[in-house]
Amino acid sequence: MNVRSAIHFFSAALALAVLAFTAVPSAVAAADTPDPVADAKAFQKFFTEKFPKLKLEDFVNGPYSMNEDLHRQWEEKEQFPPYEFSLDMGKEMFTKPFKNGKSYADCFPNGGIGIRQNYPYFDEKEGKVVTLELALNRCREANGEAPFSYVKDEMAALTAYMAFTSRGKPFDIKIPNDPRALEAYQNGKRYFYTRRGQLNFSCATCHVQSPGERIRAEVLAPALGILNAMPIYRSEWSGMGTTSRRFTTCNSQIRGVPLNPQDDEYRDLEYYLSYVSNGLPISGPGARP
Amino acid sequence: MASTIRVRATSSGETTEVQALIQHPMDSGFVKDAKGEIIPPHFIQQLTFEYDGKSVFVADWGGGVSKDPYVKFSFKGGKKGDDLKVSWIDNKGATDTTTAKIQ
Amino acid sequence: MRMLSLAWLLLIAGATPLSAASSEADFKAAYAAAEAANKEAGALRNQWTVTSAALAAAKKAADSGDFDQAVASSKEAEALAKASIFQATSEKTLWKDLEIR
Repeated sequence: MNVRSAIHFFSAALALAVLAFTAVPSAVAAADTPDPVADAKAFQKFFTEKFPKLKLEDFVNGPYSMNEDLHRQWEEKEQFPPYEFSLDMGKEMFTKPFKNGKSYADCFPNGGIGIRQNYPYFDEKEGKVVTLELALNRCREANGEAPFSYVKDEMAALTAYMAFTSRGKPFDIKIPNDPRALEAYQNGKRYFYTRRGQLNFSCATCHVQSPGERIRAEVLAPALGILNAMPIYRSEWSGMGTTSRRFTTCNSQIRGVPLNPQDDEYRDLEYYLSYVSNGLPISGPGARP
Repeated sequence: MASTIRVRATSSGETTEVQALIQHPMDSGFVKDAKGEIIPPHFIQQLTFEYDGKSVFVADWGGGVSKDPYVKFSFKGGKKGDDLKVSWIDNKGATDTTTAKIQ
Repeated sequence: MRMLSLAWLLLIAGATPLSAASSEADFKAAYAAAEAANKEAGALRNQWTVTSAALAAAKKAADSGDFDQAVASSKEAEALAKASIFQATSEKTLWKDLEIR
């Protein structure tokens, strides 16, 4: 081999070596890319294996599927559910037009009836997750009305009615082929498993590690299907409460300062938790201890 | 104004099972509001179920009963199609009453 | 000789408590440090309710002139805030340990 071809050979070898080295990082990055389909499968498998006697749709009843005595009490209660008043108020509110003559039906597909199972969704124009509560307040503001508090009765009543019109429909959360949507999903997942507060609990600590067990006098619900019954009439609250209310109060219960309702973290968390429960029926509005 | 009382009575021939859900704040008078002021007591004092002119269930309540109380009980007798009258009176003197047909 | 050095030691040890009484300046410094740490925890979106409570207790003690307590509460707040920062930082990787796969 002459010098020239030797040089060519070596530069080719060098080029190959450089290519080989640059190829490795992308393989590592692929391992970090979230796979929601696999996540959801693993998530549902984890819970169905942990509670083999339960049907998949039973998980939406939370603590009532974890304890026979509670289940019996709940079945009785469901004949005359405590959320009835809030549900009636929600229907009234939903059908009443705004001052400008328009109504909630104008803001939502299918007039807002039977659509709750599609929320939250990823808004590709905005690049963020939009929850039902957020969409309702945006509808109000777009029509000249003041937004409702995310943690009080009015928002709870409205979402109760919308959930009711979707009862039985399976959660159908979509993650579009958009890296921002994937990131929002991953953020929600990370939030769910991250320990916080002085008590150092993550959502998973109670709802993945200890479903069916007690925290003080309460029986813990499994994370699978945990949002399907929202909003809930909680005996503890003596009233109806939204998803926002639950997220914020849970934070304070573990001695973490809550973020603002509908902050990105909470929206992403709702996105993740709803997605991994895809296929399970909407059971809201619900009642809980 | 919509009734505060929702009632369902089902006769099984010998007995009638009654369930009722009543909308009422049931404030005990011991709870403070966000400003730190006591929310005045406002609760049902007496709840009565009447069938065929007689009281089949009377409850004397106080602030210890929670908001929007739910009641379930059974009484001997009661025929399908008959009336069951439910009424309550609270500590402010307000009242409500409703009549339901036994199913 | 030994007894004498022991006596010196005791004297010095006895002398330190006298200089431990905190001043308003001590409080202000301790409070500022605690607030700064809590602010950092806030940037990490991970403040604790007990930190805010300790800061409030520090302020309340300072307002009534009890600067010893005010400093103690401030230092407690700072420790809590630092713990919350440590939690947020370590959880950035540790969360994966809990993940269902």
